[in-house]
Amino acid sequence: MIVRILGVGQFRLDEVHHAAANAVDERVQAAYDAEDEAAFHAAVEELAALIQRDGTPLPVEEFVGSDAVVPGPDTTLEEAHQLLSPEGLIPG
Amino acid sequence: MGLMQRFTTIVKAKASKALDKAEDPRETLDYSYEKQLEMLQKVRRGVADVATSKKRLELQSTKLEQSVTKLDGQARTAIGQGREDLARVALERKKGIQLQLQSLDQQREQLQGEQDKLVAAEQKLTAKVEAFRSQKETIKAQYTAAEAQVKIGEAVTGVSEEMADVGLAVERAQNKTETMRARAGAIDELIDTGALTDITDGRDSIDRELEQLTVSSGVDDELAALKRELGPGSPPQGEIGTGEAAKEKE
Repeated sequence: MIVRILGVGQFRLDEVHHAAANAVDERVQAAYDAEDEAAFHAAVEELAALIQRDGTPLPVEEFVGSDAVVPGPDTTLEEAHQLLSPEGLIPG
Repeated sequence: MGLMQRFTTIVKAKASKALDKAEDPRETLDYSYEKQLEMLQKVRRGVADVATSKKRLELQSTKLEQSVTKLDGQARTAIGQGREDLARVALERKKGIQLQLQSLDQQREQLQGEQDKLVAAEQKLTAKVEAFRSQKETIKAQYTAAEAQVKIGEAVTGVSEEMADVGLAVERAQNKTETMRARAGAIDELIDTGALTDITDGRDSIDRELEQLTVSSGVDDELAALKRELGPGSPPQGEIGTGEAAKEKE
């Protein structure tokens, strides 16, 4: 599958690593729900690092939509809120 | 289910909004290419905006650093004059300004980070746009209308997502610079009202008190010198005054 890390780029990830990414993603969600800034920061950073380490970056001349999109490694809770709020849907 | 799904939905929605499908899929390619060029312009403006805001913070830092040096000098002068109270006021202001300086430094670093990210996004997008430009001509030339439709759909979806991503980076940098601008405005206001000791004005309350001290001690010295010169036994007529007043006293 193809995963985009916002602000970083697209990566091709195999099934095994996809499952690992999903596990970290659940912690991202838990920290988000708990409004735990430190845990959120640690989890998004870990998620991005995992995808970058285990995935293969997509070449520049390849144009495909991603199967999944994850926040950038330095996304703050507030930015995530803004992005996921209804106003976040209006393209900038 | 994690946050990934929600981010995916949001970004896909943004990407599809950025894309206005034309009747002829070949036109969609050209339209998308135009949009990409617009986005590149937007990123470049973003980089320039961040650089401007950063420059402003740097100018403010320089001003505040000058204030620190000045207040330090004032504190020394005040101690030399035996005015610990004044020295304390100067040092308190200095501490306040040093705190402001620290916060300016942090803000400058943040802006630098945003600038670096936008520059990287610009480089990446430039490469993407260039690759898209050459592919769109190939697609137009080599494929039948039906085949082209599929190819174009993929390419445009991919590039729209890229643009949504870059658009978010620009938005984020804009939000950051706006916050910084508001803060920088507040500091300018503090400088303007003299609360942070405006050094361009050159004089503040500490200055004035120190000046008064210098003036009065200078007058005392001169007075003493005059007394010595004229001697203690001088007749009253020798005093400065109008003749009338002197006569009336006699």
